[in-house]
Amino acid sequence: MPELTMKDRLAIERTHMPELEATARSKSFDEVNRGLSLADAVQEAQRCIQCKTRPCVDGCPVGVSIPEFIDALAREDLPEAARILRGDNALPAVCGRVCPQESQCEAECVRGVKGEAVAIGYLERFVADWAMANTEKLAVAKQSVSTGKQVAVVGCGPAGLTAAGELARQGYGVTIFEALHDTGGVLRYGIPEFRLPKSIIDLEVNRLLDLGVRIECNVIIGKTLTLAQLRSQFDAVFIANGAGLPVMLNLPGENLKGVYSANEYLTRVNLMEAGRNPAAPTPIIQGRSVAVIGGGNTAMDCVRTARRLGARKAMIIYRRSEAEMPARLEEIRHAKEEGVEFVMLTAPLEIIGNDDGWVVALRCEKMELGQPDESGRRKPVAIPDSQYHLEVDVVVNAVGTRSNPLLTTTAPDLELNRWGNIVSNETGATNLGGVYAGGDIVRGGATVILAMGDGKRGATAIHGYLKQQQALSGKGR
Amino acid sequence: MYEVLSNDILAPNLHRLVVRAPRIAPARKPGQFVIIRLDKGEERIPLTIGDADPATGTITLFIQAIGASTRRIVDVPAGGFILDVAGPMGKPTHLDNWQRVACIGGGVGTAVLFPLVKALAATESRITTIIGGRSSQYVILADELKALSEQLLITTENGSLGRKGFVTAALTDLINEPTTKPDAVFAIGPVPMMRAIAELTRPHGIETIVSLNPIMIDGTGMCGGCRVVVDGESKFACVDGPEFDGHKVDFAGLSDRLTTYRDHESHAAAECRLTREVTNA
Ligand SMILES: Cc1cc2nc3c(=O)[nH]c(=O)nc-3n(C[C@H](O)[C@H](O)[C@H](O)COP(=O)(O)OP(=O)(O)OC[C@H]3O[C@@H](n4cnc5c(N)ncnc54)[C@H](O)[C@@H]3O)c2cc1C
Ligand SMILES: Cc1cc2nc3c(=O)[nH]c(=O)nc-3n(C[C@H](O)[C@H](O)[C@H](O)COP(=O)(O)OP(=O)(O)OC[C@H]3O[C@@H](n4cnc5c(N)ncnc54)[C@H](O)[C@@H]3O)c2cc1C
Ligand code: SF4
Ligand code: SF4
Ligand code: FES
Repeated sequence: MPELTMKDRLAIERTHMPELEATARSKSFDEVNRGLSLADAVQEAQRCIQCKTRPCVDGCPVGVSIPEFIDALAREDLPEAARILRGDNALPAVCGRVCPQESQCEAECVRGVKGEAVAIGYLERFVADWAMANTEKLAVAKQSVSTGKQVAVVGCGPAGLTAAGELARQGYGVTIFEALHDTGGVLRYGIPEFRLPKSIIDLEVNRLLDLGVRIECNVIIGKTLTLAQLRSQFDAVFIANGAGLPVMLNLPGENLKGVYSANEYLTRVNLMEAGRNPAAPTPIIQGRSVAVIGGGNTAMDCVRTARRLGARKAMIIYRRSEAEMPARLEEIRHAKEEGVEFVMLTAPLEIIGNDDGWVVALRCEKMELGQPDESGRRKPVAIPDSQYHLEVDVVVNAVGTRSNPLLTTTAPDLELNRWGNIVSNETGATNLGGVYAGGDIVRGGATVILAMGDGKRGATAIHGYLKQQQALSGKGR
Repeated sequence: MYEVLSNDILAPNLHRLVVRAPRIAPARKPGQFVIIRLDKGEERIPLTIGDADPATGTITLFIQAIGASTRRIVDVPAGGFILDVAGPMGKPTHLDNWQRVACIGGGVGTAVLFPLVKALAATESRITTIIGGRSSQYVILADELKALSEQLLITTENGSLGRKGFVTAALTDLINEPTTKPDAVFAIGPVPMMRAIAELTRPHGIETIVSLNPIMIDGTGMCGGCRVVVDGESKFACVDGPEFDGHKVDFAGLSDRLTTYRDHESHAAAECRLTREVTNA
C-alpha cells in the first residue's frame, strides 16, 4: 500500500458507527452501536496525522498511547495495536464504548479544530473487540514472579478491576471482595446491555481470573468482614466501593408505587433481568408513561430502558435546558431517535397518586434560565403560575448518587470529607497505613476511565509501599 | 456455593434450613439477615438469620414458602446448594436493660423472633413470649422458645392450641396486670399484627420494637427500594433497620408498598402451578 500523503489523510471523512435502526432497537436490549468493519477502522485510522505533540493523549485520563495504537491499526498490525492499547488500558472494550470521548481524547484532537476529530473511541473499541475475538494471535503477557504478598480489593467495579489486574501482573496475590452476587459494579448493574453488553464484562473479568485474581462475591466489607480484618489478613488494601447511595428527591409522593430510584430501576433490569428476560422472577413495573428526572448519563440509560420495557411515552424531565445536560451527546441523540421526549426547563414538585397508592401524575413547574451560579451554569428560576400535571405511571429519580456509608461507618479511623467520600492523596493513599482508595468512593460520581486511572495509580502506589515494607523488614533482620 | 446441611419441615410450608456459611456465622448478630439467591437468574430473597454456630460455620434459616421463589428454596434437599448467600445485613437488635419484656411472634415472625429471644435470654430481662398461629399446626418453635422464656403463651385463631384468639388479647392481659406489665415489647409478624400491637402499647407508653419486611433487592443501601417512613422520614430498612420503633412506623405505607408486585406474583404463582401440573401429568 502506498504511503498516504498529508493531503490524502486530510481528505478522508470521519466514519460513521453502524447502528441498529431506531424503531427496531427501541424494543430490544441488543447493543445499539454495531462496531466498525476492518476496512472502515483502517480508513479512520488513516485520518490520524500522527501529531508529534500528541494533544489527544493529554485528553485521556489514563494517557493511552493514542497515535501509536492508531498507527499500528492503520498498518493493519492488529496484534501490535492491541498490545499497545492493552498495555495502557485494562478495559479498552469498555472505555471504547462508554468514555465521554467528545470531552476527553477527541476534544483535544487537532483534526477537530477544522472538521471532525479522529474517532478514537470507535477505534479503541474496534481493536479491543478484535483482541477479545483473536486471543490466539496475541502474545501471552508475561507475569512477574510471585512476591508472596497479598492484597485485598474492595469492590469489583472498574477501579477495583483495574487495580487487581495491575497488581496481579506485578506478582501479588489479589482477592477482590464484592458485595453483590456478580462482578463489574456499575458496568453490570447500572449501564444497560444496549450500551455495554454484559458479555464484554464477562470477558474482561475472565482475563483477570486467568491472571490468578480471586473474586469473592457476596462479601460486604463492613458487614461480613471489617476493614480492620482485611488489614490484618492482607499486606495492603485498595478500597473501590463506588458511590452507590441514591439521593432522594424529597418530593411529596416519593414512596408511591411506581416511583424508583435509578439504581433500583436499572438494577432490576440489568442485574436481575427484570422485563428483558421473560423467565426472570424479579418483577418491574413496566410503565406506559414514564418520567425520568435528571439530565445525566444515568437518566438517559433509564429513559431508554423505559422505552425498551414498552413505555409509549418516555420523558426526560430536566430543570435546565438541553445545552446544560451533562449526558453524553451520543446518548442524547440516541434517546431522541428512539422517541424519547425531552421536557426541558421543567422542575418536578410533587408525585401524585391514586387511592390505591399508584403514581398517576407528576406536578411540574416551568423554569427559565437566570443568572449563572457558582458553577458558572445559568440557574433555573421558576416561572410564576406555570404549574401543570403530566400524566405518568412510573417516575424514576436519576438526580444522582452519593457514597454509601456501609464500609466507612464501620471503619471509624478512616478519614472522610464532608460528603462522606474517602480522603486520599494523589497516589491514592488514605490516612491509614497500607490502605489506598480510588474511583467514585473518592471522587463522588465520576467516570469509568477516571475510576480506572485511580485503580492504576493505586496499584502503583501499593507496589511502592510493599517494596518499601520489604526493604524495611529486610533491614530489620 | 453454600451447602444445605439439613432441611426439615416445622409447619405447613415452613422449613428450617441449616446452611454452611463460614464467614457469616461468626460475623452475624441477632436481628440481622442474609440475602440469598438460589441459582443463576433467580430473585434475591431476604431471610432473617434464625440462629448461627460460629464453631461449625453454619447458619439456620426459617423459610415460609409463600411465593414462587421461596417455594423453590424450600425444595432444596439436604446436600443441595444455594448459589449465593450474602450478609449479615441490617443493624443488630438493640438490647437494653429491661426488667420485663414481651416477645410476640406471629406466623413465620415466630422464627424471626427466635434469635432475639435467645439474645434476651442472656440478659437480666424476664421474658414472656407470646406466639400465635392460625391453628395448632402453624405454631412453631414452641419448645425452643419455652426453654428460653420465663413464660410462654400460645394463641390460635381456631382455639386448637392455647388460647383462642389473637396474640393481642394475650398481650392486653399482660399489660393490664401490674405484676406482668412489660417495659418493652418486641413484635414480629404480619404487618397488621405489628400495627395492632403498636396501637395497643402506645397509650401505655411501652417501648415497642418491630421488625419490618419491605421488598428488598441488594440489602446494602444501594437501591432505596426497601424505604419505609419512620417518624416522617424515609429510612432504608436494609441498613437503618430492619428493627424500628413501632410507634413511629407508617404501617399503612409499608403494607401498600408490599402490594407493588402482587399482580406479577400471582401471575408467576399461577404459571408455576401450571408448569407443575404439566410436569406432573
Ligand atoms: C447508570 C450509569 C451510567 C453511567 N454511564 C457512564 C458512561 O457512559 N461513561 C462513564 O465514563 N461513566 C459512566 N457512569 C459512571 C461510572 O459508571 C462510575 O464512575 C464508575 O463505575 C465508578 O467505578 P468504581 O469502580 O469507583 O465504582 P462502582 O462501579 O460503583 O463499583 C463499586 C463496587 O463495589 C461494590 N461495593 C460497594 N460497597 C461494598 C462493600 N462494602 N463491600 C464490598 N463491595 C462493595 C459495589 O457493589 C460495586 O460492585 C455511569 C454511572 C451510572 C450509575
Ligand atoms: C429483613 C427481612 C427478613 C425476612 N425474614 C424472613 C424469614 O426469616 N423467613 C421468611 O420466610 N421470610 C422472611 N422475609 C420475607 C421474605 O423475604 C419474603 O417472603 C420473600 O421475599 C417472598 O418471596 P417469594 O418470591 O417467594 O414470594 P412472592 O411471590 O414475591 O410474594 C408472595 C406474596 O408475599 C408478598 N411479599 C413479597 N415480598 C414480601 C416481603 N418482603 N415480605 C412479606 N411479604 C412479601 C407479595 O406481595 C405476595 O403477596 C423477610 C423479609 C425481610 C425484608
Ligand atoms: S480511554 Fe477513554 S479517554 Fe482514553 S483514549 Fe480511550 S476512549 Fe479516549
Ligand atoms: S490529535 Fe488526533 S490527529 Fe493528532 S495524533 Fe491524536 S488522534 Fe491523531
Ligand atoms: S434493599 Fe436496596 S436499599 Fe435496601
